[in-house]
Amino acid sequence: MDCERLIVEQVRHAVAAHEQLSIRGGGSKAFYAGPHQGQALEVATHEGILDYDPGELVLTCRAGTRLANLESRLAENGQHLPFEPPAFGESATLGGTVACGFSGPGRPWAGSLRDYLLGVKTVNGHGKCLRFGGQVMKNVAGYDVSRLMAGSLGTLGVILEVSFKVLPKPASELTLTFDCGQAEAIDRVAAWSGQPLPLSAAAWHAGQLSVRLSGAKSETAAAAEAMSTGEAVHDPDYWRALREHELQFFRTDDPLWRLSLPANARPIGLEGDLLLDWGGAQRWYTGPASAEDVRSAARAARGHATLFRGDIAGIERFQPPSAPLQALNDRVRRAFDPLGLFNRAVEG
Amino acid sequence: MTTISRQKLLAELGRVAPRDALIADEEALRPFECDGLSMYRELPLLVAIPENTTQLRGILRTCSRLGVPVVTRGAGTGLSGGALPLKNGLLLVLTRLNRILDLDPVARTVRVEPGVRNLAVSEAARPHGLYYAPDPSSQIACSIGGNVAENSGGVHCLKYGLTVHNVLEVTLLTIDGEEVILGGPALDAPGYDLLAVINGSEGMLGVITEVLLRLLPVPQTAQVVLAGFATIEDAASAVAAIISAGIVPAGLEMMDRLAVEAVEAFSAPGYPRDAEAVLLCELDGGSAEVAEQMSRVVDVLQSHRATSIKISDGEEERLRLWAGRKNAFPAVGRIKPDYYCMDGTIPRRELPRVLGKISEATQRAGLTVANVFHAGDGNLHPLIMYDANQDGQIETAEQLGAEILRLCIEAGGTVTGEHGVGMEKIDSMCEQFNADELAQFHALKSAFDPKGLLNPGKAVPTLHRCAELGAMHVHGGKLPFPDIPRF
Repeated sequence: MDCERLIVEQVRHAVAAHEQLSIRGGGSKAFYAGPHQGQALEVATHEGILDYDPGELVLTCRAGTRLANLESRLAENGQHLPFEPPAFGESATLGGTVACGFSGPGRPWAGSLRDYLLGVKTVNGHGKCLRFGGQVMKNVAGYDVSRLMAGSLGTLGVILEVSFKVLPKPASELTLTFDCGQAEAIDRVAAWSGQPLPLSAAAWHAGQLSVRLSGAKSETAAAAEAMSTGEAVHDPDYWRALREHELQFFRTDDPLWRLSLPANARPIGLEGDLLLDWGGAQRWYTGPASAEDVRSAARAARGHATLFRGDIAGIERFQPPSAPLQALNDRVRRAFDPLGLFNRAVEG
Repeated sequence: MTTISRQKLLAELGRVAPRDALIADEEALRPFECDGLSMYRELPLLVAIPENTTQLRGILRTCSRLGVPVVTRGAGTGLSGGALPLKNGLLLVLTRLNRILDLDPVARTVRVEPGVRNLAVSEAARPHGLYYAPDPSSQIACSIGGNVAENSGGVHCLKYGLTVHNVLEVTLLTIDGEEVILGGPALDAPGYDLLAVINGSEGMLGVITEVLLRLLPVPQTAQVVLAGFATIEDAASAVAAIISAGIVPAGLEMMDRLAVEAVEAFSAPGYPRDAEAVLLCELDGGSAEVAEQMSRVVDVLQSHRATSIKISDGEEERLRLWAGRKNAFPAVGRIKPDYYCMDGTIPRRELPRVLGKISEATQRAGLTVANVFHAGDGNLHPLIMYDANQDGQIETAEQLGAEILRLCIEAGGTVTGEHGVGMEKIDSMCEQFNADELAQFHALKSAFDPKGLLNPGKAVPTLHRCAELGAMHVHGGKLPFPDIPRF
């Protein structure tokens, strides 16, 4: 259904009334953006795939389109979103997916959500409908505002439409597992990543390293042979369960930390449970360490720590950036939303 | 912006930079009057070539204090006049900041200064079995700072992405000399993805002092197939069919008959001269995968009526087949004294229709156009041939260029795929974007550069300029956002 007019009118009304708006998609990732503050602006009903031509490798849809619907449409044509976005629930929409900017297990090799984002249509804080980017893969006309929307958590405007580059699904996938410690897992993945191997995911938890190979059947088989003498274990659900936080590791009510570090950073010495994804570039942590200890461990490794799920009193969800960057972020936010209408609950 | 004399600016900058980093003599300024687009020329007020970031910071602070506009330039190979000097401004040349600071083969990253040449990065990485993927055709000369500023592409970006996909971190100085680090070695930081905005920002937002690049392992093998077609339509449908078959080639290039004739006359790479269009399709990866995909590509080419097919046998032949495409520009340059390279991108399915219209427009203009495309990603490079010594031909070529860009916009594409807007396509931006969108661009620039001193007048047209062109709808005599400065 096309709800563009309704959404634009609601924003314009908010502009006139100086009213705050809280943008809502499917609500699957509401845990990440903070409590709603202001009038709810529903985008989930603004849905539908607008253009999809498999030969172009480009798909355009309205922001309320459910991720699951879009993925099944792509799968009918043997294609997919290569950044494997986590849905965190059946109701997940494309708008929310872009606003959060999450990417799945393949991210270090296949690229991130923003890497595949080609165009957006948005409503800014003046209530103006704007289009940036488009449906072509190469486009350097004007600043790349489309990619800026990825991960902006709805603070730069309401996303109405998005266009993505899509790719053919790999012809085959193969998962290998190895028994090894954390440091060895990090080193092994780093060494493999420097070779022309069809590596597409690597995760470690509790003494077991899982590595995914994707590509032509001949290629994955040859790589598996080169990498391992052991038996290949094929568990098609593992990577989905990892992506969706359905593994046993994630089944906890304790706060969940996401540490983003250079992939080859040494193991961080925090007491508790740790799961490595992205070959070590994304490390999930739950345990007794204080927020200060988690953040200083991340900083020491030239990375950052986000309180991904759960709340800790007095602790900000995001690690504060440097003062000049914070000031720049604030100015950018005001450039899109000078009246401060959108998603005020989001820190920053 | 204020007006200041050359001598006064020289004296002021002399306090923060050594005399030999400053050029004020008119003869010595001459080589800097244009970048790779020589149609536009302007003598800068002064040139500064700092040796380090301390000098650079001092120069920026001085210019900010005096209100002197700054145009940043790298190797000067840009094709859209993005580094065209301003006669009342400083041209800041970063070629001396050319150190490779740290190459980490385990993390597969390299930290470089902006003046490092693109190819030098891959050369430094090669001993480790790594390379830097974006390969603009000027890679032997162009520098990384300019690559980031233009979000440069190359022939392999369908598979390996543009500059924006291969940059992890940028260190930036604002016009006030304040350092801001965007991105980092850790992926996907919270906060706005300003790194994405810097890529392709054409020197309008800040001055780049360091870049952290991602390196990739060199593919095991690569093979290219050359196919001739009797019609452009056949070649275009073969392109879509290859991609629909689930293959992502490392490169997928098309050339029309005129371009083929030019390269055959230039270097005789062995392209079929009787073809209306030729395709070059490169596959890379493991040898088994390449062999398997090559046989599928050949099937597709045959079923789309290819009139000739040649598969490279060995590295030497692969490079020879590519040499034709890579020499297309100089080859066309030998046919006519001057050529003007366009850079629109369109959805691939529009290729035959848009080419037909380009051909009609070319005939009306009484000029000749050779077409080379990055067919895989729909990026067209029509080369408009003209003779600058003949009265009115530059203007006719420019008008034809603008018409071609209009065709790209109408087809749902963009006026620039990889060369940037610069000075050249500034007026076409008024057609691609409406007043509200342009106003948003200006607001974003102001967030980085409130005084508007960095590369003013480029990349994003002022609303006033568009209004004067008449390409923009002005409601009730009022421009949107009347409070936004226009210059």
